[in-house]
Parts: sequence; C-alpha cells; structure tokens
Amino acid sequence: MPDASAATTTLLTVADLHGWYGESHILHGMNFEIRQGEVVTLLGRNGAGKTTTLRGIMGMLGRAQGSIQFEGHEMRGLASNKIAKHGIAYCPEERGIFASLSVEENLTLPPIVRPGGMTVPEIYEIFPNLLERRKSPGTKLSGGEQQMLAIGRILRTGASLLLFDEPSEGLAPVIVQRIGEVIRALKAKGFTILLVEQNFRFASTVADRHYVVEHGTVIDMIKNSEIGANADKLHTYLGV
Amino acid sequence: MYVIPLLGIPPQVLFGQLLLGLINGAFYAMLSLGLAVIFGLLNIINFAHGALYMMGAFCAYFLLNVLGIGYWPALIVAPIMVGIFGMILERTMLQWLSGLDHLYGLLLTFGIALIVQGVFQNYFGSSGLPYAIPDELKGGMNLGFMFLPIYRGWVVVFSLIVCLLTWFLIERTRLGANLRAATENPTLVRAFGINVPRMITLTYGLGVGLAALAGVLSAPINQVRPLMGADLIIVVFAVVVIGGMGSIMGSIITGFALGIIEGLTKYFYPEASNTVVFVLMVLVLLVKPSGLTGRAT
Repeated sequence: MPDASAATTTLLTVADLHGWYGESHILHGMNFEIRQGEVVTLLGRNGAGKTTTLRGIMGMLGRAQGSIQFEGHEMRGLASNKIAKHGIAYCPEERGIFASLSVEENLTLPPIVRPGGMTVPEIYEIFPNLLERRKSPGTKLSGGEQQMLAIGRILRTGASLLLFDEPSEGLAPVIVQRIGEVIRALKAKGFTILLVEQNFRFASTVADRHYVVEHGTVIDMIKNSEIGANADKLHTYLGV
Repeated sequence: MYVIPLLGIPPQVLFGQLLLGLINGAFYAMLSLGLAVIFGLLNIINFAHGALYMMGAFCAYFLLNVLGIGYWPALIVAPIMVGIFGMILERTMLQWLSGLDHLYGLLLTFGIALIVQGVFQNYFGSSGLPYAIPDELKGGMNLGFMFLPIYRGWVVVFSLIVCLLTWFLIERTRLGANLRAATENPTLVRAFGINVPRMITLTYGLGVGLAALAGVLSAPINQVRPLMGADLIIVVFAVVVIGGMGSIMGSIITGFALGIIEGLTKYFYPEASNTVVFVLMVLVLLVKPSGLTGRAT
C-alpha cells in the first residue's frame, strides 16, 4: 500500500500520448500526471477520449505513441497483462462482470500482483451486498451491485493505481453517493485513483484535481479547491 | 438362458447395440468436449480434431511398435505428445487468426486435417493397423443379460471419468474460472494481469490432448487407420451443434445420449442409424438454434 503522506511523488506521468482505434486517431497528445495518493479526474464530453486514455494506459489500444511512465517505468508498448503486474488496475465502464462466474469467482479473478492488497473479508466489509450474493452468477446482480463488484474486484490485487471509468454511470443517486464514500475511503487507505467522469457534480465530491479533456488532449487543469471560481469555464467546457 | 424376443430380435443384440452406442457416445463426448472448449476460448471451429484423434491412436501404435511402450503409459504419453503438436500448431498458425471470421479458422484447420491425413495415408495406406487389447483388459464378463467385453466396459467408464474431471476442472476450479472469464472477455482478463495468450495455447493443447486420448482408447477397438478421425468428426460436429457450443456438461451429456440413440436406432431401424444424428441436428436447429444447452449469442 502506498503511503498517503508521500503525496508529492509523481506516480503516473502521461506525456504526448497518441492513440488509435483502427484507423481513427482518437488521442492527440494527452499530457497529465498523478501524484501518489491523489484522486484525479478526466472530465469531458462524450467522445473526448477519456475512456481511450484509460485503455491506452492499460495497453489495450491497437496502436499508441508517446510515453506512460508509472513509478519510473515505461508502460507504453508492454502487453496489458505486464502493465497490470506493475500495479495498475482497471475498472471498465461496462463493468465487465463475467456471467459464467459467481460473484466470488469474479471477485477473486484478478491475480494478486503485489503484496498489500485488501483481503476478501475486508472487501465484503465495504460491500456487504456482495457477501450475501457471493454464490450467485455475476450478472444476476443489480447495476449498483455489479459496479461494487467491479470496484471490489481490483482492490485485492495490491495495485496502487486504480483506473475507474464512469463508476457513477446509470446508477441511482443513493448508490452514486455510496460509491463516492467508497472512493474517499480508498483514498484514505492510500490508493491513487484516476477517475473518468461525465458527472461533474459527483467528480467534485471525490477528486483533488480535474483535467479537462477535449478532442483527445488535455485543455485545462482545475484544482478541486478552485472549482467555484472556475464554474463558468467548466460549464463552457462540458456544455452543461 | 431364456430369451425374450423383442421385435423378433434377442435382447442380447439390443444390449450389444446399447454398449456399442455407449462406446461411440464416449468418443463423441470426449471429442465434442475438446471442440467446445477450443471454440469457446479460441473462437476456432477445429476441423483438425479428427486428424488429431487419429494421431493419438498412431502415437500409441508407434510407442508400442517402435519403443516398446505399452498401452498404459501410452494413455498418458500419447495425449501429451499430440497435445504439444497441437500447441505448436496454435503458436505458429492459429494464433494469427484471432479476431477474424470463423471461416478462416475452419478452412485452416480443415487444411491441416487434410495434410495430416494425407501424410499418414501415404505411409500407411487406408487399411487398419492392429493394436492389441492390453492383457489386463482382455476377455469378458457374462452379466446374465449380456456378454460384456471388459475392454469396452473400461472405455465407457474411463471416458466418463475423464469427461467429469474435465468438467470439474473448468466449472469448479480457479484455473477454470480464468478460462471461463477469458472465454467471455479475453481483453479484460488480460488487463487484470493474466497471460491470456499462454492460456489459449494450453487450452488448445488440452482439447487436442483429449482428442488424442480418445484415439488411444479407440485403437484396440477400431484399429489404427489414417481416416479413422475423418469418419468420426462429422458426427461429432453434429453432436456439438445439438448440444450447444458453449456448454461443457451439455457436450458430455449430448455425446453419450446421441451414442445411445444411435445404438438403439441400429437395433430398431438399422437403415436410419447413420442419419439419425443428423435428423436430430436439423430438428434441434429448427427449434433451438443455439443448441440444447447453448447460450444464445
């Protein structure tokens, strides 16, 4: 587990990242960094390249250029299973719960890559619903429970950087609130989190800083503490 | 012994056909099991399966006649050797087909089957080579209602155990959970840190090994012939279609059930025994296109 007090070391540096889906050039030179223990969001409209950035970090794009430094090691060009082994874990937007696996099998699927991850009982403590349903098939869960499973699943592995892709999407307000509490609890435990969000209101309750993404590049960075002063600017960026 | 004639045919014949059906069913089950696992993870319709089954039988033959290694070690050695051959095929050829249409895998594996069978036919002709039943399994038992050749009973029981062990491995273990997950979403499983390409190679090796094991089991019954797999594989594909591609237990049950149905048809209406599986396939496809136990995709 990373030490939360060491919040000044840079954990992840993304520099001039370009990414493609087939022939279409999606990322046009993304630049941002995350310090240890921070919660940072990528905000932006649909199709701005936020999800593609996460997939790029995870090595899941067919083609990418630029640099992704994690703990001083270059990740770009590594196979995604190697990247996971370095200690980055990914929670996809579609949640990726496996229908042919039980809740518990889903939870214990990602292998432990480093010591210091949470134990299964600790994860059930955060998400008691999962304990009750641990023998059910993964896709028999409600949307909120599936999201909790998708988050819980990557806490075991010992990864220090967690990538969350729109964890609040399509969930009832009370569940979104619960997920916000969980993210704050994970930050308190020392996890570093990169969050992709469209829901700016939700993002502002959990994050330290926000990167605004448009057309595959970062166009602005706003500290959460200065968000009030930048409200107009954000409204223009996000078009809400 | 007193014989009750049924449709004018003694019951010994009925049980004989049932046993034959069970044995065929055992081979159907082991082969369709491998096909289902391979299709699930690799998305490849492995037309080379029959040729690999044949290679298992030939491997046992060579082990015995060249190296003097008998039936019992061959049960382990032949599947491993043919499995390794399969893994080389996967690494050198099949892996490049991932993401392409099913047709490419089907054509490639069909071509591999033709080449392998052609090579064996060139050297060994079309007639069968004998492979003796091991001494421990020679002879038979009179069960009262029928005479049971011990080797045939052994094939049925052993295949059933192998099928159930495979089911257990895939449905009840951690390794199996990784395999099931990778079947659903290989990209995400890989992003969790699991080496999916290696898993794909090993899975292909497992499926091929099962086919080779069936080949070794069949060697003393059917003789060792270059085209032994080509004859069988068409029926096995019908079995897979009926059972549904995605299901392990479905493949096992359908394999045995269709063997039995074939056996019964041989008894009651022999003229239809070669077509009954295909008639059933058509009926199942009309009613449930994803197969009896298959998940609709």
